[in-house]
Amino acid sequence: MTDLDQLKTDLLGEIATATDLAAIEAIRVRALGKQGAVTGLLKTLGQMTPEERQEQGPRIHGLREAVTAALAAAKTAFEAAALDARLASETLDMSLPVMAGPQGSVHPVSQVMDELAEIFADLGFAVATGPEIEDDWHNFTALNIPETHPARAMHDTFYFPEDKARDGRKMLLRTHTSPVQIRTMTAQEPPIRIIAPGRTYRSDSDATHTPMFHQVEGLVIDRGIHMGHLKWTLETFVKAYFERDDIVLRLRPSYFPFTEPSAEVDVGFTWVNGKRVIGGGGDAEGGGWMEILGSGMVHPKVIAACGLDPEEWQGFAFGCGIDRLAMLKYGMDDLRAFFDGDLRWLRHYGFAALDVPTLSGGVGA
Amino acid sequence: MKFTLGWLKDHLETDASLGEIVAALTRVGLEVEGVEDPAERLGAFRIARVLTAERHPQADKLQVLSVDAGEGAPLQVVCGAPNARAGLVGVFGAPGTYVPGLDVTLKVAAIRGVESRGMMCSMRELELSDAHEGIIELPADAPVGKSFVEWAELGDPVIDVAITPNRQDCMGVRGIARDLAAAGLGTLKPLDVPVIRTETPSPVAIRTEDPEGCPAFFGRVVTGVKNGPSPDWLAKRLTAVGQRPISALVDITNYMLLDHGRPLHVYDLAKLSGGLVARKARAGEELVALNEKTYKLTPDMTVIADEARVLGIAGIMGGAYSGVTEATTDVLIECAYFAPEAIARAGQALGLASDSRTRFERGVDPDFLGDGLAIATKLVTELCGGQPTEVVEAGEPPASARTLKYDTGLTLKLAGLSVPPDRQRMILSRLGFAVDGGWTVLVPSWRRDVDGVADLVEEIVRIEGIDKIPSTPLPRAEGVAKPTATPAQRIERAARRAAAARGLNEAVTWSFVSEAEAAPFGGGAWTLANPISEELKVMRPSLLPGLIAAAKRNADRGAASIRLFEIGRRYLADGEGATLGVLLAGERTERDWRSGRAVGFDAYDAKAEAVALLAAAGAPVDRLQVMPAVSSVYHPGRSGTLRLGPKTILAEFGELHPATAKAFDLEGPVVAAELFLDAMPQKRDASRTRAAYAPPALQAVRRDFALLMAVDKPADELLRAVRGADKAAITGVKLFDLFSGAGVPEGEKSVAIEVTLQPGDKSFTDAELQAISEKIVAAAAKIGARLRS
Repeated sequence: MTDLDQLKTDLLGEIATATDLAAIEAIRVRALGKQGAVTGLLKTLGQMTPEERQEQGPRIHGLREAVTAALAAAKTAFEAAALDARLASETLDMSLPVMAGPQGSVHPVSQVMDELAEIFADLGFAVATGPEIEDDWHNFTALNIPETHPARAMHDTFYFPEDKARDGRKMLLRTHTSPVQIRTMTAQEPPIRIIAPGRTYRSDSDATHTPMFHQVEGLVIDRGIHMGHLKWTLETFVKAYFERDDIVLRLRPSYFPFTEPSAEVDVGFTWVNGKRVIGGGGDAEGGGWMEILGSGMVHPKVIAACGLDPEEWQGFAFGCGIDRLAMLKYGMDDLRAFFDGDLRWLRHYGFAALDVPTLSGGVGA
Repeated sequence: MKFTLGWLKDHLETDASLGEIVAALTRVGLEVEGVEDPAERLGAFRIARVLTAERHPQADKLQVLSVDAGEGAPLQVVCGAPNARAGLVGVFGAPGTYVPGLDVTLKVAAIRGVESRGMMCSMRELELSDAHEGIIELPADAPVGKSFVEWAELGDPVIDVAITPNRQDCMGVRGIARDLAAAGLGTLKPLDVPVIRTETPSPVAIRTEDPEGCPAFFGRVVTGVKNGPSPDWLAKRLTAVGQRPISALVDITNYMLLDHGRPLHVYDLAKLSGGLVARKARAGEELVALNEKTYKLTPDMTVIADEARVLGIAGIMGGAYSGVTEATTDVLIECAYFAPEAIARAGQALGLASDSRTRFERGVDPDFLGDGLAIATKLVTELCGGQPTEVVEAGEPPASARTLKYDTGLTLKLAGLSVPPDRQRMILSRLGFAVDGGWTVLVPSWRRDVDGVADLVEEIVRIEGIDKIPSTPLPRAEGVAKPTATPAQRIERAARRAAAARGLNEAVTWSFVSEAEAAPFGGGAWTLANPISEELKVMRPSLLPGLIAAAKRNADRGAASIRLFEIGRRYLADGEGATLGVLLAGERTERDWRSGRAVGFDAYDAKAEAVALLAAAGAPVDRLQVMPAVSSVYHPGRSGTLRLGPKTILAEFGELHPATAKAFDLEGPVVAAELFLDAMPQKRDASRTRAAYAPPALQAVRRDFALLMAVDKPADELLRAVRGADKAAITGVKLFDLFSGAGVPEGEKSVAIEVTLQPGDKSFTDAELQAISEKIVAAAAKIGARLRS
């Protein structure tokens, strides 16, 4: 064994048994530093004859490369171990809870209104609004409910004092969204297709009635619109809203002063585990009917009251309780809770901000 | 309106089953609200004979009966009734039968050690009356084994229908029968109107001095009557439909009202002084009505009076004084026509409802006065005896004849249903309309509601079957549906979704609040004349009272952090405006192992919500100015308004004034904001295309300045001044530190700002930067700020 071989064995042995980065550095200086053993050997190459260099060059360079590689490997190993040790010392308890941030919500009434707007937009209905503080002409008279009509008394109307009258018209809180029909027909030329959701008021308060509630009105005025169109529109709407194809509707002749003919509309339900579930049912075994809306062909007197010619224009109207629609779809059973603002209820029945109803994603959230 | 199946069959010849009749009623628009069928409820009870009765070995008061219920061997029944004895025929319920009066289903049971297989029942146990002295005793020849209900003819089902206000004619059983006949469920029996023969002149004169309110007043006196309990059939019918039998004379008027929809009144002749007159009430007149309440009458109300006093409120309720009693011997039957509008007005003004008013204000049949009086007279003489005198007729009922020119194509045009003309003619005829060859339709006198051809279409369609109308798709516009929301609706939607995304919970609170709740907000402009309660009386001038009250309820339930919002209207004297209210109460950040103690909301949280939600709603928030709050509900030093120009207030926010919070009994700092969505500038519908994207080529430079300024000077003024110092170069000014106290002169605050300078096509030179800095310092100096040395 030559000196060179001995040196290589010694150095590699030292590197292998070094215990820390400082020892490695000391070896590097001793071997490869300016005064280092390997550096010294490299310097001898200059004084050699070509023949000697031919023979010794590769050996010396081989020695340098082997030592360099061994040093680098040892250094990496020590650094990795040091990092592991540091990371081990930095461990946190990742089971600790993090703050969730406040959870906002959209009220079910708003959500249902958005759903309705979406469904009816597809059928070409725009959304219209009107004042909640109305006069008795728009709320009653123009809708073919004269002052002494029994239907007026049946509306349980909230009135404002006589001194609030405007243009001789008594002011009141609208009892239904139907005055929006009048406001729309007097403001724009047919053809008309609108829905009008909003707050309505009646002085009625018990387990199933609140003095304030929400309704949606629908109105179509055009040439040649008949009750068959009404029926199709309601079927389409109810199917889309409840997202079920097995919806059955029953039209029942009824009476509203502002429509003629008039029909109340029942939807079939099925008893499931003691609860009424919209869909199927009706006259079928294990089913029943539930009234959900009122409708009819707009009365010729109403069309005329709005300055339109009832010979030329005809159409249909319908009205429906939004709170009830929400209850039937989402399963709330207490109407009064809608207006209490109880955060627990709002979070339970409310909707996430991004649950925007769309036709492509389904109107139900 | 309730009636029994048997009663209906007085007028309708039919083989239809109860189920068919109920279905048809709903189908033609007489919505069935309920059917009570005693045959179903009590159908299982049978007639049985007690064969033997022995003392119970273990109990003195019990007997062990052997009962023949008509089938198989005699049954052993333990019975406690004192009248139970051998030979008695009674009513038996077998095991498995539900006993309504006890609310139990019978079982085979051992009673004191003796097995009992059923029960002999009392009237009360079957809910037929309150009698409970013993078990029912039937005549000895009652057929053993037969259904008791059937034998006793108790099985007359009671049907309850909802009559819409247009169908006065169906507020009598006969009108309902007519509709059913038209629907093909049988034939309407002819009406038997008796001819009352008498030559005795009326002892009482009748006149009407109010031809508008009372166009016609017919009356007849019957002398020598004997008033007493009604016969069984009449009492049973009235009881079945929920009316209490009173006396034959009173019951006859109630019967006529229910049978023919014809209200009548009966006066005790002995109590009248002089003739009867229908006239307007005189100022100051009062009446104690049959319900024993006193009513103050006004001169626009029609009354019936004699020479001495007011006897009744015309068409609404008679007076207590002239009513008939058991002692009455001579009566006057009133059959009048009162104008529906007058009745409605008087009834509303008095707040007095009655079955009579309900019918008169819907318009009774004006051609049925004479016939109605004749039928009533016959009932009186049949049930109470007596001698009729001649009818007195004052005035004339309004003419009922009304014709409509009808086109049979209208059912298709209006209802979308094709009905052959012959079929249409048949339907109308069955409903009592007379149709001539040229389709001129004469409306029957009892159908006041039919006054246009659309009404005829409705008649035909409801009888033909509204379910036969084929669904017809609405014609739809080509292509994808167009957007239909208005700009105002889009603003509301965006604000709502943004608020929910920011962690706020949407509430819907009452539009009306109490006067006390409205007071801190300047009171309400709209106070209800007839509120449902003091709590719901004034239309809210702001969304905050409702939200504060909701917050209070939540706090009472233990909620630590309350973030509520509502979108709705506030009601002002000159209209109602879309508003978004935000209320934050309690903890903004709960206590947490990372962040430490819980932190409450402060006024800046309210401002943050206001600005963020305005931005979401599309307001130009960069141009908003902060000015002092207007409303006094806020802490005067910790509130503000966000304005677009000096006049347009888009939002108000701040910490609630302690007095406001106290008024709602809410503790701790409560902060709120209101966004006046109705004041939002309407966006012009611009092109969807955005401006070309041109990011600056060179990187922006940031420079910090530390300035001192008066402590009460709004920081916003400094930021605005600095921003305006070099509009081309300065693209941003940010306040990042604020300090007052040690090291800062008394009455001043130290404000640190970071100014962002954006070079154009070449970098700023040192000289340029120096110049900009000088401009910034100069601008700051104008509002009294100086560099901190």
